[in-house]
Amino acid sequence: MTATLDRPTPSAPTPPEPRQSRRRRSITPPVGGRIGSTALWTYAIIALIPLLLMVWNSFRTNRDLVTNPLGAPFPPNASSYRTAWTDGSMAQYFVNSVIITVGAVLLSTVVATMASYALARSRSKVIRVIEGLFLSGLMMPIHLAILPIFYLFDSLGLINSLFGLVLLYGASGVPFSIFVLSTFFRQLPAELEEAAQIDGANAWQTFVKIMLPLVRPAVVTVAVFRFVPIWNDFLFPLVLLRDSDKYPLPVGLTSFFAENSANYSAIFAGLVITTLPLIVLFLLATKQIVAGLTAGMSK
Amino acid sequence: MPLRTALLFVVPALALFGVFILYPMFTALSYSLFEWGGTKRGGFVGFDNFSTLFTAEPFVSTVPIALLHNVLFFLGTMLIQNTVGLGIAFLLFRRSRTRRALQVLFAIPYLVSPIVIGYLWTLLLSPAYGPVNAVLKGIGLDGLALPWLGDPDLAISAVIAISVWQWIGFPVLLYGAALGGIPEELSEAARMDGASNWMTFRRILLPLLTPAIGTVSVLTFIFAMEAFALPYAVGGSTGSPAGATDFISLVFYRTAFESGDPNRIGTSSAMAALLFVLIFGGALLATWALRRVERKVMS
Repeated sequence: MTATLDRPTPSAPTPPEPRQSRRRRSITPPVGGRIGSTALWTYAIIALIPLLLMVWNSFRTNRDLVTNPLGAPFPPNASSYRTAWTDGSMAQYFVNSVIITVGAVLLSTVVATMASYALARSRSKVIRVIEGLFLSGLMMPIHLAILPIFYLFDSLGLINSLFGLVLLYGASGVPFSIFVLSTFFRQLPAELEEAAQIDGANAWQTFVKIMLPLVRPAVVTVAVFRFVPIWNDFLFPLVLLRDSDKYPLPVGLTSFFAENSANYSAIFAGLVITTLPLIVLFLLATKQIVAGLTAGMSK
Repeated sequence: MPLRTALLFVVPALALFGVFILYPMFTALSYSLFEWGGTKRGGFVGFDNFSTLFTAEPFVSTVPIALLHNVLFFLGTMLIQNTVGLGIAFLLFRRSRTRRALQVLFAIPYLVSPIVIGYLWTLLLSPAYGPVNAVLKGIGLDGLALPWLGDPDLAISAVIAISVWQWIGFPVLLYGAALGGIPEELSEAARMDGASNWMTFRRILLPLLTPAIGTVSVLTFIFAMEAFALPYAVGGSTGSPAGATDFISLVFYRTAFESGDPNRIGTSSAMAALLFVLIFGGALLATWALRRVERKVMS
């Protein structure tokens, strides 16, 4: 069964990864040879050095940073993490970020999975129109609607509420999630559901028991991939939250930066705290994130 | 699946998306056609708010400069992505052993919050304490140890460079996926006929990459016109130094949330509407042009 799911079709949103990795070693030599190799690894260093410096400098004292910009973090000093985590309320911002991101990812993944199943299995014209509406959201610059969103939140009593942001990000994730998931549902054979229905299962039971296990890889891709932009978003919490104890990390970081503008070491620690969860996620779920990034290709 | 069942599956997603995305997006346009007194909507004024943007201070002086910065940001990012990014993808192409690892390394900065990236580079490029200038001085390039983000003439180029550094892993991934999708027989046949790598690239691969290049350019355009968090982290909401890193979304933010103008909702909504037309229109136009080019390539 997994073989069916992994087989890339031209319209599949997942990149043709399996085909690449399974392909026989190319007989054509790589472009650029050894010089190309050197260039690529040099660029890898350029890509990573700033981030390594961020970690590196967060383990140095501020006095050390100011007197010697190129010094080494030996012995490592973690006191700036204490400054950032407790004194600078990064712990609070971190918890808020987790609540908002996990809540929104769960919400949009659940509603989008349900909707995608119906979009893939219904032939009704009404459903086609609704699908068009969802997909129109793929390229919508939703940050431009911040003013109406602000007044909508105001009238619903959602200003300064983490739950409000969960709803908003849950909604903003719907187009992309549906785009990926409905393509996936369409690739599943209809015979399975017909068999389940003959056995007396209703639509909901078929969906939960038969379809969900089959689309799990795509659901994981969508959930992991949506995590990144929500964790990083800045404008919505900046405008829609008032109290600093509600801030997620990116907004919290701006007030932390303002309060500690002379304490470079603490700021570096704050930047690491904000970034680390995403790097860990990326290393754990590289395949899903790469699949999500390349999903736009088939648009 | 009967329509009624399908609707039950679709309704949660539709309600969420309708209330929090579609409804605000549509009302965003209508906001710009009214005069506002604080948060109270006044009479219908047609396109007066739009003409304010082109006739009244401070907009006459800030909007064109900010837009110019957005355009420079787009052109700079796009040009480098479609040359260096494409070059990297081409070098990676057919290195089956290291491709995966390098692609992942290049993509890491892309995942980091633009707020973090902005603050990180502010610290790294700091004239007195930053490691970048310390290295430049250390290797005898004192003349290049400039206040990169503090000099109004350099700041916008520095912001573009930072953004390119952050983004380049994304086109590398997309171009990698596109190159992987081109049947290898094509380039092998060309090689048998004695074509050089450059000829193979220019005559066979590049034309087939047109759709991917188009997708990357359109996504870059949307991203560049909406840019907010990175310039906010680098230059604050006023685009310091001296408005050198001002972007249209910062002007919008200042007008909507930081100005005392009683009609701030009217004018800022006009700005959002204009930006919406620019982004959506630009993306549609580019997609249309792309289709034409593709048809030419295919025939």
